Amino acid sequence: MSGFFADIMWSDIGLATLDTLVMVSVSLVLTVLIGLPLGLALFLTGPGQAWERRWLNVALSAAVNVMRSLPFIILLIVLIPVTLALVGTSLGVAGAIVPLVAGAAPFFARLAEAALREVDRGTIEAVQALGATTRDLVLRALLPEALPGLVAATTVTAITLVSYTAMAGVVGAGGLGDLAVRYGYQRFQTDVMVVTVALMIVLVQILQMLGDRLVRRLSRR
Amino acid sequence: MIRLEGVHKRFPGAGGAALDGVNLAIARGEVFGIIGRSGAGKSTLVRMINGLERPSAGRVTLDGVDVAALAPADLRALRRRVGMIFQGFGLLSSATAAQNIALPLRIAGTPAREVAARVAELLGMVGLTDHADKYPAQLSGGQKQRVGIARALATRPDVLLCDEATSALDPETTRDVLALIAALNRDLGLTIVLITHEMDVVRQVCGRVAVLHAGKVVESGATVDVVLDPRHAETRSLLAEEGGAPSYRHSFAGEIVRFTARGEAAAGPLISRIARETGTEIAILEGRVGHLGDTPYAQLTLGLSAGNIAAARAALAQAGVIGA
Repeated sequence: MSGFFADIMWSDIGLATLDTLVMVSVSLVLTVLIGLPLGLALFLTGPGQAWERRWLNVALSAAVNVMRSLPFIILLIVLIPVTLALVGTSLGVAGAIVPLVAGAAPFFARLAEAALREVDRGTIEAVQALGATTRDLVLRALLPEALPGLVAATTVTAITLVSYTAMAGVVGAGGLGDLAVRYGYQRFQTDVMVVTVALMIVLVQILQMLGDRLVRRLSRR
Repeated sequence: MIRLEGVHKRFPGAGGAALDGVNLAIARGEVFGIIGRSGAGKSTLVRMINGLERPSAGRVTLDGVDVAALAPADLRALRRRVGMIFQGFGLLSSATAAQNIALPLRIAGTPAREVAARVAELLGMVGLTDHADKYPAQLSGGQKQRVGIARALATRPDVLLCDEATSALDPETTRDVLALIAALNRDLGLTIVLITHEMDVVRQVCGRVAVLHAGKVVESGATVDVVLDPRHAETRSLLAEEGGAPSYRHSFAGEIVRFTARGEAAAGPLISRIARETGTEIAILEGRVGHLGDTPYAQLTLGLSAGNIAAARAALAQAGVIGA
């Protein structure tokens, strides 16, 4: 066994893992910060909802669909000029954040919208009947009621981001995906491929477990 | 206090009108029932009183104020004066009983210390002091509705709207919740508008009732009059649906008379006296005896066989009302 892994640069693996963790966590935070308001807007402007705005709803929905219909690998390339303008580089961890968030935020917004739709219609109406403003409704009823669903959506998004970061490796983003492509694929270093894949599997398992645990703790139904 | 004037409601895409020219006046301090089948428009009607629905035409006024014409902030203020409880309770599943009851107070911006005191008082009022920290999923249906009632009363409204509030509850719990609603009317002077499809609910708490059928009020008046002397076929049909034990009137050989008495006559030994005085055999085939509000009543299907049937009919007609 030690022979098979003898040529691995473990410090490179460590750095790549750290890069992946940084990319996933930073882009996850930004994704939720952008995707949650977007999901709320999609929900609230929808037909029969508290802030019904037909055309805004149609426009938001179309915009989200456009972003969601691009395969992430294409989005990575299409967004290079935008990334350059925003962060000055399209390479490395910093360069990856923009496409990662652009790919994940619309995805998260749809999941958040679905979680909000799960909130009991009768509960929403009851809270409105109490004299709630839309703000009260969102902060005191919708978000607390949808919280388990939103946490589950965040878990799914985090895992999606792990795979996105690996793809971002192809265009020079760094991280485990980058390592797998450059060493594992292009230099035929199967040992590196095995290790990076194993690390990503562990990462996904841990994320899912943490998410499930949190959802269970938050559920009151 | 609450007036509906020529109220129409048509939902886009729906065939007929949900409400078709409804006029009603509900007085301060009364318990007013609106009964009808599902689809009769009663839910739509009650939702107009706190502006959850807007009439397509006509006006709904509360103390003379047109509800649909209010600016959003004024509508929210009105909603704090109008409590509402629901068939599905509408509680936050993520909040405890106490937190649910506190919600309207927080929305109204009540200081935290006052919220705690008021919530404790309300929990006591609905008998849930020991369940303050339970989540709705840990409570029974009756307890959930009590939380709903406490929440509806938190901002000290003067109107309580009950939208099929007991329809999800078993008969015994229904009685308890209705008794609580009646007590709130008596003790707090709360005006209560209650919608239901069950005549028994009307019988138990409503002083007056309107019968809604296909978006129209087909009959309204004091509960005692509507229940004992229904004029419209829909009312009769709603009353008939209450069922009761299967009767043996169909196998009875003799004259069958429907008889309704109210007041003191109904409370006394009326049938036995008439049987004795006219020398007639009187069988009671079906019947309901009790009181509606303060009025005792007896509503019976009688079978007259041997004896002086004509004299018995005359005596019955004198004591009450007879029908076919």
